[in-house]
Amino acid sequence: MLTFMARRLLVMIPTLIMISVLVFIVIQLPPGDFLTTYLNELKAQGEAVDPAKIAFLRAQYGLDEPLYMQYIHWAWGLLHGNLGFSFEYNLPVTEVVGDRLWLSMVLNFSTILFIYLISFPIGIYSATRQYSWGDYGITLLGFLGLAMPNFLFALVLLYYANVVFGTSIGGLMDPEFINAGWSLPKVMSVIEHLWAPVLVIGTSGTAAMIRRLRANLLDELGKQYVVTARAKGLSPMKVLFKYPLRMSLNPFISDIGNILPQVVSGSVLVSVVMSLPTTGPMLLSALQSQDMYLAGSFLMFLALLTVVGMFVSDLLLAWLDPRIRLQGSISE
Amino acid sequence: MSRHTPDRSDEHFVDTQPFDPWDKEELSPAQEKYFLASQWKLIWWRLKQHRLALISLIILAIMYSAIFIVEFLAPYAQESRDSQNIHHPPQGIHLFDDGSFVGPFTYGTDFSIDMETLKPIYTPNPEKIDRLRFLCSGDKYEFWGLFDASLHLVCPAKDGTLFLLGTDRLGRDMFSRIIYGARISLTIGLVGIAVSFVLGVLIGGAAGYFGGWVDSCVQRVIEVIRSLPEIPLWMALSAALPVTWSPVLIYFGITIILGLIDWTGLARAVRSKFLALREEDYALAARLTGATPKRIIARHLLPNFASHLIASVTLSIPNMILGETALSFLGLGLRPPVTSWGVLLNEAQNINAVAVYPWLMLPVVPVIIVVLAFNFLGDGLRDAADPYKN
Repeated sequence: MLTFMARRLLVMIPTLIMISVLVFIVIQLPPGDFLTTYLNELKAQGEAVDPAKIAFLRAQYGLDEPLYMQYIHWAWGLLHGNLGFSFEYNLPVTEVVGDRLWLSMVLNFSTILFIYLISFPIGIYSATRQYSWGDYGITLLGFLGLAMPNFLFALVLLYYANVVFGTSIGGLMDPEFINAGWSLPKVMSVIEHLWAPVLVIGTSGTAAMIRRLRANLLDELGKQYVVTARAKGLSPMKVLFKYPLRMSLNPFISDIGNILPQVVSGSVLVSVVMSLPTTGPMLLSALQSQDMYLAGSFLMFLALLTVVGMFVSDLLLAWLDPRIRLQGSISE
Repeated sequence: MSRHTPDRSDEHFVDTQPFDPWDKEELSPAQEKYFLASQWKLIWWRLKQHRLALISLIILAIMYSAIFIVEFLAPYAQESRDSQNIHHPPQGIHLFDDGSFVGPFTYGTDFSIDMETLKPIYTPNPEKIDRLRFLCSGDKYEFWGLFDASLHLVCPAKDGTLFLLGTDRLGRDMFSRIIYGARISLTIGLVGIAVSFVLGVLIGGAAGYFGGWVDSCVQRVIEVIRSLPEIPLWMALSAALPVTWSPVLIYFGITIILGLIDWTGLARAVRSKFLALREEDYALAARLTGATPKRIIARHLLPNFASHLIASVTLSIPNMILGETALSFLGLGLRPPVTSWGVLLNEAQNINAVAVYPWLMLPVVPVIIVVLAFNFLGDGLRDAADPYKN
């Protein structure tokens, strides 16, 4: 297991390097840089700009260096937890983001948890009661969840929560906690507010997961050993839980590789609509104002989130299924 | 002891019936039809058994043929404003007035204003009966930008209104704008998928056919791209599109961005099919007779999994349509005056719209219908893609 973990960790390194290069290219794509935007703004306001000052700023932020040097500086900083400098806020990125990274992580992982908790029992139900009304209903709901753009679902939920429950579910905490330090009531408030975005982001993932678990389980349930077990008089519960369920769990866990990027994507969109204090809204504004290091750090963070998530899912899978561990060691 | 000789006395059996060489292989007409059918015919027959897929196909066919004549189908022109009817709620079409049949008509509305919220209130006036006109001349438009015309399938009565799905903040008819939006929203998925299809088949095909280091390189790249969340990446790339570009350029820019990230799934499918198929006997035979890789790929391998490709393409179109909708909703995708369903939804961005003018959210209905239809059709195609199974 240890060698498997080590191997898997090693594979992550080139992946992360490639991702960082890709992210860097993406944030460099817009023509010009933040300073050109800034300059144009100043000029539009009729202010005189001292070329010497601009040259100084350019040198200060390393914008006059060749691209690969800029990349190396940026990547080196990332390794040391220095996320670069936000031009728009005139502050180091680490200070700008504050709690956002943590809240993003909490949001994304609660969503994954939610997807598993919901889709597991429902998937089993609809596989064991195939073609029942319940199964059809769940399939229909699942398809709707898949097709409904989740930003719109977020809006509708915001509205109905306001009308029906009389609460505001925008944001991730009550207003009085926003600038307060972390305390128990603040954590409780976050948990209270978490359900709405989790529900919205989780729907499409849950729908996909239920379908997959149902298909896997149906495949297993049709096999001969299940028929034999049933013929021998095992109780239906035991027949279900002893082997078929365990067999169909594998794809369920490994599927996190598909679900996670999808959840992270969805959370960015939903955060913008619900104005959550996570990375989403700030990423959007950073992209719009060409605040490249801020945007780059967010993109990198989101990618890291999925890569680490996949690593965890691989570990889980290896723990669950010895065949995967064995494969790893034989090929060495 | 004499050696036993076979007894030749018994007569050789001869059937007196006339000889019919096809006797045993008689096929019923149905069987014959089945055995002689081409692969595509078999796929079509299978697809026809999948009710939901067939219905979806019909719905999509109708929607896609509608985009050729949106100007004719929409009762109003794309940008025509009715400043007297801002945020007008949807109007129903009635057939009977006071128990007597008058044909399709709408009730005219009286305008008043809620003095507390300043919200416009439109109350139907049973006195004003506006009979719809069909195949009539209404708002002027340029058909595909080619020639001027004013023929509409249906128009409101003279001085009457026909706001089937209400109007927006400028008094533009939502129904007409949704129909116009279909032209952009439905095609953006197709153009994007074309980009991703070319990339996917080329890259996946190369990886699958050549194997070795090409394959492992491609695999790594695919892994990296797949581990990146799509929407933030789309956001970053579309934020990079210059603001100075014309709407048409932006449109193509967005489709290329959608395609650039989406090709990985297709490349994977192509690669695994290639790996399986190149070991088949007919591929070996072609190689032995000296066929070039290009010919083997194009003539022998591609036709074999074209149906699978079509199925997976169908399944990834909805993702693109949703992607465009999301980007435009955020203001990073298409921008007015281009009208797509995402651009229309952008107007419904604030909670006010949901609370006071819920009909502004109606453009989501065609999005849901199209996404569902593509999903069902893709499912059906996937089941039908291999007609020789079973």
